[in-house]
Amino acid sequence: MGFFNSLFNKKEKKLNREKYRIGMAKTRNSVFGSLKELIDSNSKFDDDFFDELEEIFIMADIGVNTVVKFVAHLRSEIELNKTESSDDVKDLIVEEMFKLYVKDEIVSSNLDILDDRLNIVLFVGVNGVGKTTTIGKIAYEYLNKGKKVMMVAGDTFRAGAIEQLKIWSERVKCSFYSKEEGSDPSSVIYDAIQLAKETSVDLLLIDTAGRLQNKINLMKELEKVNKVIGREVPEAPHETLLVIDATTGQNGLVQAKVFNEVTDITGVVLSKLDGTAKGGIALGIKDELNIPIKYVGLGEKIEDLEPFDIEEYIYGLFADIF
Amino acid sequence: MAFDNLSDRMQMALRRVRGKGRLTENDIEEMMKEVRLSLLEADVNFKVVKSFTKEVKEKALGEKILKGLNPGQQVVKIVNDELTKLMGEKTALLELNLTGITKIMMVGLQGAGKTTTAGKLANLVRKTNNLKPLLVALDIYRPAAIEQLKTIGQQLDIDVFELGIFVKPSVIIAKAMVYAEQNGHNLIIADTAGRLHIDEKMMQELVEVKEILKPHEILLTVDSMTGQDAVTVASSFNEQLSVTGAILTKLDGDTRGGAALSLRQVTQIPIKYMGMGEKLDQLEVFHPERMASRILGMGDVMTLVDKVTDNLDEDDMMSLMEKMMSGNYNYNDFLKQLKMIKKMGSLGGIMKLIPGVSKMMKNSNIDEKQLVYIEVIINSMTKEERKKPDLIAKSSSRRKRIASGSGRKVSDVNKLIQNLDQQKMMMKRMGSMNPQQMASGNPLSGMTAPKAKKGKGKNRGGFRR
Repeated sequence: MGFFNSLFNKKEKKLNREKYRIGMAKTRNSVFGSLKELIDSNSKFDDDFFDELEEIFIMADIGVNTVVKFVAHLRSEIELNKTESSDDVKDLIVEEMFKLYVKDEIVSSNLDILDDRLNIVLFVGVNGVGKTTTIGKIAYEYLNKGKKVMMVAGDTFRAGAIEQLKIWSERVKCSFYSKEEGSDPSSVIYDAIQLAKETSVDLLLIDTAGRLQNKINLMKELEKVNKVIGREVPEAPHETLLVIDATTGQNGLVQAKVFNEVTDITGVVLSKLDGTAKGGIALGIKDELNIPIKYVGLGEKIEDLEPFDIEEYIYGLFADIF
Repeated sequence: MAFDNLSDRMQMALRRVRGKGRLTENDIEEMMKEVRLSLLEADVNFKVVKSFTKEVKEKALGEKILKGLNPGQQVVKIVNDELTKLMGEKTALLELNLTGITKIMMVGLQGAGKTTTAGKLANLVRKTNNLKPLLVALDIYRPAAIEQLKTIGQQLDIDVFELGIFVKPSVIIAKAMVYAEQNGHNLIIADTAGRLHIDEKMMQELVEVKEILKPHEILLTVDSMTGQDAVTVASSFNEQLSVTGAILTKLDGDTRGGAALSLRQVTQIPIKYMGMGEKLDQLEVFHPERMASRILGMGDVMTLVDKVTDNLDEDDMMSLMEKMMSGNYNYNDFLKQLKMIKKMGSLGGIMKLIPGVSKMMKNSNIDEKQLVYIEVIINSMTKEERKKPDLIAKSSSRRKRIASGSGRKVSDVNKLIQNLDQQKMMMKRMGSMNPQQMASGNPLSGMTAPKAKKGKGKNRGGFRR
């Protein structure tokens, strides 16, 4: 109703919304379809209702702590305001979810990329989340904005990783730097930064090997990479993006915590949101660690990466209940 | 985090219940709330959680509390037993065609680890069943996927069949089958492209490959970090392809892997292997019972910890720990530690609670009498000697005196000196762990043959929390 309308009608972002809508269609149908049912079929909002509400959010992989807190809050709001109509409850859910994300702050999904400097973005994450693909897509975006982009193959470990990134660089037509497989990532990155400086690159996108956050040596390696970058370019990396697979469950929160300790994560890229998974853990990450989501991956095509927009995301999740 | 595992949660829920001989419905209700949250945190699908807690509740109702267990432990035990049952009680083996070519097809979402796993599986089965594998590259979409499989093939010295990215997978697989026949390969492992289960066109491609290959196994590769969606994904792949087994990857991470349970429960697909690392020999046959305690966020070691914390004064233990860390650890402390171990009960019983230890105990003799002997030897030392272990270590006449005083051999005294040194070293290494973990580690260090402590993997999982 009121809030919802103002939220989604004032904006003219048809294209984006359409993408979210297509990308998340399955998401809505499978999960939040039941939310509509739940709300419409309940005339009173009692224990059972809130238990089920809890389950619906948990089904979206929103962190358990966050859900328990969120539902308790909803309950107190509903009781306090003596909310009775199901429409009001729907509005309240959307509004509170929005608040949960923004927390009265300005949350920007823009990357800290400025003119007239070498901008460095480091991509980290566990294995198989889609770091390389994300780099390809972001390179494409900034090339279209007229930036001079270079990719660095910092994943010197996984078989075929260098080749994979190289193919992406050829696809989007940007420069590419790599050494042979097995090289020390720090030295690859060091050299790449020198080259980027010499050739006045605007944006350096650094791929790293996927690593599970409990592998201490690999995390140390990342720490070193981070240090090398900071030493060569003050204030860099300007962004360190943690790529998280939308199918990831509660472990996503652990990933964010541990990677954040080592590298100071500035944002999350939620990949593979075009499946049936909801990627709710990203909301948990925002809630518990205050790390914003910067992008969502909505497909395998080069243009299938969208800046994250909480309004669109909530819309994607809830469109069916209204 | 306050509640890392079910045991902690139970302890919290149980403060009120303690000491009762029988659990009331209310008590169990309270505990089931904790079980529910714990399983949800482990990514077990919420529907599975619901039916599971219902079953456990019925089981637990009215059950008499076993001697020596508190109600919390009792419920944890029921939960663990039921979970193990659900995971499937025995290991599911690979279907092999012993007279002809065994054909396996790897399927799954993007990034689950199909390509790496295909290589690992080829390597493992080659070794265990003496087969000649052929890896077939059917991922013509992801950039450099073929490159990746070829590199893995090179590393393992296994043939890789590929026709580049411009030939349809159904055509590639047909040609690969002919190639395998001609070149004496008796194991085909087809690495297909990662795809979404809702991508109809891509799923159709798999159906076509399946029709041509007629595989003995269609293995769904599932990332162990998958959340609630695991059920949807697995069911969908299963419906469209009739999956014969699953491989759980990235289990060397710290995820609790509740997806495994959901997968089992909802689709009945047996989990056959688990990926335990990025190296190509790090694929293991799946053991359902181990998975159960992992999902609960604890080995049986948690039960041990409960035992320890129930019986011991925490302050006492902390001061002992500090002493150990400081490097001033002496025979008085050693003695105190022995007494703590005694308090906890039978050493053998405790050791069995530590995952992996029961197996290694078969090989190493842990004699409970040893404890008594050690105590006697220490009692034969002077106060000065107990405080300053160096005195004994440096003087053979002191050692002789202590041996005759305690009625033991000098070699026994020497062994004790070694034990103390080992303890000290171990403590240094354990510096980064927390006290509870050390408590479970201590009894091991002094009493087992050094050989038993070494070696890869024997203690693996034992200290995971």
